[in-house]
Amino acid sequence: MLSLDFLDDVRRMNKRQVLNFGMIVSSALMIWKGLMVVTGSESPIVVVLSGSMEPAFHRGDLLFLTNRIEDPIRVGEIVVFRIEGREIPIVHRVLKIHEKQSGDIKFLTKGDNNAVDDRGLYKQGQHWLEKKDVVGRARGYHCLLQGFLLHLPKQPGAGHSDIIRGLM
Amino acid sequence: MNTVLSRANSLFAFSLSVMAALTFGCFITTAFKERSVAVRLAVSRVTLKNVEDFTGPRERSDLGFITFDITADLQTIFDWNVKQLFLYLSAEYSTKNNALNQVVLWDKIILRGDNPKLLLKDMKSKYYFFDDGNGLKGNRNVTLTLSWNVVPNAGILPLVTGSGHVSVPFPDAYETTKSY
Repeated sequence: MLSLDFLDDVRRMNKRQVLNFGMIVSSALMIWKGLMVVTGSESPIVVVLSGSMEPAFHRGDLLFLTNRIEDPIRVGEIVVFRIEGREIPIVHRVLKIHEKQSGDIKFLTKGDNNAVDDRGLYKQGQHWLEKKDVVGRARGYHCLLQGFLLHLPKQPGAGHSDIIRGLM
Repeated sequence: MNTVLSRANSLFAFSLSVMAALTFGCFITTAFKERSVAVRLAVSRVTLKNVEDFTGPRERSDLGFITFDITADLQTIFDWNVKQLFLYLSAEYSTKNNALNQVVLWDKIILRGDNPKLLLKDMKSKYYFFDDGNGLKGNRNVTLTLSWNVVPNAGILPLVTGSGHVSVPFPDAYETTKSY
């Protein structure tokens, strides 16, 4: 019943309203793409999905990511990495680094709330992460009402709600 | 504004704008604050072994044991936009194999409201201090520093290093007795 009312509204919209609507959607898209360019990251804003970095990050919190390749990887930094063969990136803290003169680096990560390091999460036989596994660094944070964003309905044209996607 | 849906949409858009303004205010009032304090570090014991790295790659590597003291007062860092501090004590050194090595030996989480004054004596490291190879033996310059990651309620996640470090020379020979 609700969907039929919505369609009637759409039919009643005149040209100006359609243009207005289009402007809003495209400016939202421009801001999002602009953010992607400025930060260098595929997803500049992500939602925390697991509790492995508590009490710093809880499920539902927002993280702002950058992905500048020239940023050196140092211990203590919170990096976003993807393990080969897995789709979901993980956001954990760097525990150990060994960097060669040439710039080649291998490093180990661990979630704050985990008792052990991430070697159990890496691929079979993989002991270290490398620069190519990194897809971003966590640079900013916003605490949010727990779980609020994860339950938002994904409706086209519902304002700005579909800009923010969960990724971790 | 004659359907529930359009009203809900406006309400949602408005609350989002208000929250964005609040977030920005939260962030901008604490963004340029100095977050470093003086830290006193001391090392009382250094031992070196050479064993198979059981935490990962199974190669014989240098394993260091350090007993340390930390004195620091982090009270001034906490303000209304700091949720917690993630402290970590890291050892930095360079070896023949690797130009730069950094290993976190110990970490601690201090939430807002917890005691911010650190007076730790004779602490043992939390994580195994394995080198990537045998670079700790005879290494004269292993520097320990205390750093922290400031986790705000909303804003940047800076990494700050305390002013104060200690340089530890490692022994030239391996310890064979079982002691730590």
